[in-house]
Amino acid sequence: MLFSNTEDYEEFSKGIWRDNPVFVQVLGMCPMLAVTNSAVNAVAMGGATLFVLVGSSFLVSLLKGWIPKQVRISCFIIIIATFVTIADYTLLALIPTVHKELGAFIPLIVANCMILGRQEAFASKSTPRLAVMDALGMSSGFMVALLALGAVREIFGTGTLFGIELFGPAWEPWVIMILPPGGFLTLGLILLVFNWMSQRKAMFLERVAEAEGSSQ
Amino acid sequence: MDSLGGIFIGSLLINNFVLTYFLGICPFLGVSNNLLTSFRLGLATTFVMLVTALCAWVLNTYLLIYAPYLQLISYIVVIASTVQFIEMAIKKLSPALFRALGIFLPLITTNCSILGLAIFSFNRGYGFLEGMVYALGAGLGFTIAMVLLAGLREETELSDVPALIQGTAMNLIIAGILSMAFMGFAGLFSSTV
Repeated sequence: MLFSNTEDYEEFSKGIWRDNPVFVQVLGMCPMLAVTNSAVNAVAMGGATLFVLVGSSFLVSLLKGWIPKQVRISCFIIIIATFVTIADYTLLALIPTVHKELGAFIPLIVANCMILGRQEAFASKSTPRLAVMDALGMSSGFMVALLALGAVREIFGTGTLFGIELFGPAWEPWVIMILPPGGFLTLGLILLVFNWMSQRKAMFLERVAEAEGSSQ
Repeated sequence: MDSLGGIFIGSLLINNFVLTYFLGICPFLGVSNNLLTSFRLGLATTFVMLVTALCAWVLNTYLLIYAPYLQLISYIVVIASTVQFIEMAIKKLSPALFRALGIFLPLITTNCSILGLAIFSFNRGYGFLEGMVYALGAGLGFTIAMVLLAGLREETELSDVPALIQGTAMNLIIAGILSMAFMGFAGLFSSTV
């Protein structure tokens, strides 16, 4: 079974919502904004990041006893760069059109601070099993964020989703959404909605606590 | 657009690294709460970019024609060691500046605009001089974007902003408007790089 105990599940699930790397921790913004002008690109970037994060978390947690503390950041970066090179060449061989669209942003996964952050904060201190769980959760959370942004921008910017026409020929595309400013504005609005939902939840929990307090 | 001036203006304004290519967003959003710190970090980043461009040119000419698959690893090693070296040099020469920059100095390593610079200038086949001019323009462009956002953020601290929108959400929306303004520079040349 994938989730044979609650600890595994806890490490997996925290990345998707509570500690979402993009919405909560505000990490990995550069690829987030740059490649999300269509949903397909968002999925490809999410998949490549998942591969790199899971692979390097696993390797770092295995090697943690051998990596000297002073040069650990350089070691992590070299491990990550190796996996990114693999991902880069694999995408080039399998789906050259998407590879061309993503361009320089596949090699730039190396500098995604979310990946280095997970190595430093989690993988270098835990067992391989939990490190892989954490990596899977974090990259799923990243994928959710990418897809949310990519879908919104593609729907409004071109009137399609995954290349399928949604609104018919009368639709006037909002070109600004697929241009750079659209990325900033959409992500800002999504964060706003996320804040609003978190605030509502906090207020709800407060009211529940109050009601319980007065009934006792 | 192939002249050196064209490359400089192109990377400084038209294809500003932060506002058009989305590179270096993390320090752009993270550090831009103080005008002076943003300015200093921008200059430090510009310096790292220039050194990186120099090293990348050496690597491109002597190593990567034999082993292209080492590109990414060799670039990142060069950047990490440059940042480490600059950190030691600043600590020795000017402890005051070292304290002011604090944690943001080592974090230049994970600033994707520097790795992006090396990759872009390789993809465009820039030679030595063109690469250095491109690095200077990109670094100063990064500094301009940082200083603009920091100035706007210092202004918003004086105004009454709803609690819900404060923080990253507002910064992103400000960045979006700045980015729209920078799109206007695309008209400076008939064709952009």
